[in-house]
Amino acid sequence: MSKITSLADLKKKREELKSGLDIRVKAIDPEKIVQVKVAMATCGIASGAKAIMEFFMEQLDRRNVAAVVTQTGCMGYCYAEPTIEVKLPGQDPVVFGFVDLKRADQIIEKYIKTGELVDGIIPVNYQTIDLKE
Amino acid sequence: MSKYSMHLLVCGGTSCHASESDAIVCNLRDELEAKGLMDSVQVIMTGCFGFCEKGPIVKVMPDNTIYVGVKPEDAQTIVEEHIIKGRKVIRLLYKDPVTKESISDSKHMGFFKKQLRVVLRNCGFINPENIDEYLVREGYQALGKVLTEMTPEEVIKEVKASGQRGRGGAGFSTGLKWELARKNQADEKYVVCNADEGDPGAFMDRSVLEGDPHSVLEAMAICGYSIGASNGLIYIRAEYPLAIERLKIAINQAREYGLLGNNIFGTGFNFDINLRYGAGAFVCGEETALIHSMEGLRGEPTVKPPFPAEAGYNGKPTNVNNVETFAAIPAIILKGAKWFASIGTEKSKGTKVFALAGKINNVGLIEVPMGTTLREVIFEIGGGIRNGKKFKGIQTGGPSGGCLSEKHLDIPIDFDNLIAAGSIMGSGAMIILDEDDCMVSMAKFFLQFTVEESCGKCAPCRIGNKRLHELLGQICEGKGSLKDLDRLKNMSLVIKDTALCGLGQTSPNPVLSMMENYYDEYVAHVTDKKCPAGQCKSLMEYVINAENCVGCTACARVCPVNAISGERKEVHHIDPSICIKCGACMEKCKFDAIFIR
Repeated sequence: MSKITSLADLKKKREELKSGLDIRVKAIDPEKIVQVKVAMATCGIASGAKAIMEFFMEQLDRRNVAAVVTQTGCMGYCYAEPTIEVKLPGQDPVVFGFVDLKRADQIIEKYIKTGELVDGIIPVNYQTIDLKE
Repeated sequence: MSKYSMHLLVCGGTSCHASESDAIVCNLRDELEAKGLMDSVQVIMTGCFGFCEKGPIVKVMPDNTIYVGVKPEDAQTIVEEHIIKGRKVIRLLYKDPVTKESISDSKHMGFFKKQLRVVLRNCGFINPENIDEYLVREGYQALGKVLTEMTPEEVIKEVKASGQRGRGGAGFSTGLKWELARKNQADEKYVVCNADEGDPGAFMDRSVLEGDPHSVLEAMAICGYSIGASNGLIYIRAEYPLAIERLKIAINQAREYGLLGNNIFGTGFNFDINLRYGAGAFVCGEETALIHSMEGLRGEPTVKPPFPAEAGYNGKPTNVNNVETFAAIPAIILKGAKWFASIGTEKSKGTKVFALAGKINNVGLIEVPMGTTLREVIFEIGGGIRNGKKFKGIQTGGPSGGCLSEKHLDIPIDFDNLIAAGSIMGSGAMIILDEDDCMVSMAKFFLQFTVEESCGKCAPCRIGNKRLHELLGQICEGKGSLKDLDRLKNMSLVIKDTALCGLGQTSPNPVLSMMENYYDEYVAHVTDKKCPAGQCKSLMEYVINAENCVGCTACARVCPVNAISGERKEVHHIDPSICIKCGACMEKCKFDAIFIR
């Protein structure tokens, strides 16, 4: 381990280490940041969802978008895999289907950054029961 | 960037550790390995989450799901269901005791909702054995700030302005203590961290040291800079092996980074910390006794003055602060005295950690702003009394504190309000009593502790407490009189006035406060020879209700001393002269025919 010899050094070190705790820090208040859920059931993974998930994790970070990327189960749109759900702060979630790398890029640049919708939206065609009610 | 998409935090506090949390970590890692997920999911062992009642706890980040009561064999289910399929494992979620709903997000749990975590800010969030995680949480920046931007006087002024009072129990101003230690000139001074947590039911210091050891190390260095000391000592009881282990790791890591040692941050300031082990005597939590114990002498208190700030360890000026006091210091420096002083009540600033124990649903560790009421702590955060029983009292401040009753539930908790109510803040142990607890037996229980822990140096504590304990024993056995109640009170007051140190001066507090708040119960013991709570064995009698007894003989067969007689299908009878009051018959009876008189 190299020594930390000044306050500036400490702050630099912190910047280097910061991403290691990102997942936990963001989870403190996920409602305030962009939440991306990638459907990672068998069908999703077979259609390449894992690469899409990695793309989102890497690119959102690189493009300085505060976001939390999680995996979820099958959303039922197996015909449209890979599918992802994006929830912007204070808005209803939107589901996108047939997400390849190109569309993933558009989703980040247009929908996430500016709120402009892009192709591939799957209208929510069901209601979910709430077990608590 | 890290490739991890998910963190699994597993509680590694002593209590969860004892429930095999390290096996959970192993199994989770094996399971992830088998499924090829090691690169995307990281398993981290953290310090205490505070929710000991439902441990071991596994928290899934980033979706904030808390799993409770997890067993090592559940690892497979968690990985297969939650991580691979994205479905929460409902059977492992926390169930609200009132609504019976499963709650997955910790933010919606009553236990966490009202809490404000300053001291516990990193407990259950970072890996205590990895200094890097502490650095990400702004670790050692407060030390950097004071060394490069502030004079020692400015630091002391800031700490004074925050209004922080010592969390060890006495509530003395931290800033003032530092100022006194600074004023005394000497070639060497010492910073001592009191980690000799002795109150039964208190475990906040242990949890901080286990969950966030660096916060204490950083604060000790800040204190060293302020008072002009380059040596730090942590006096910790040998009964805390996990805390000791983590402290050692933390000290070594800080030294490797040069955050402890010589020329810290290139400023020429030197500071190092070493451990001193205590053998677990209660009196060694008293600062003069603690210092003697560190010097290799008997752990006995001496009269103050001289205060440790004048002549402490090895006769040099010494500043002793408690673990919890230290842990808040980095936050005060970084966020400012104003911020800290904005939390809490007029004379008690900031937050306080409480350890909840006894007849309460959520046994565990909590941190709330000063001024939170006992009712909020017990019924909202603590989830109320176990098994739907009625609340009877709450012992605050351990055996040196007092017992508060229902009428005190709405007082805002702070140093002065608790004293006004006849108790003390102490270290923050809260033992909750329900309707089945006898207040004479409880007073006797706490005195038993002080009698055993008295160092024997002064007569009031050594002899007085012994006599108090005997008197309470007689009352429990039905051999007391009204005169004995007066005697109890008088002797308690004399001990309070004349004992040498804090241990003796506070030892009669449980007796006095319980007599004050539950006087009728004491009278019932001496005049009616009855124990209303049904705890004092000598005062109760098991009786068979002739109307309910069908003569099944079950009770007679289970009685270990053959005290029950009666023919089959006829009413039975218990001979009180033989009965040992074990209660086995009452447990066995299916017809509710046996009761206590």
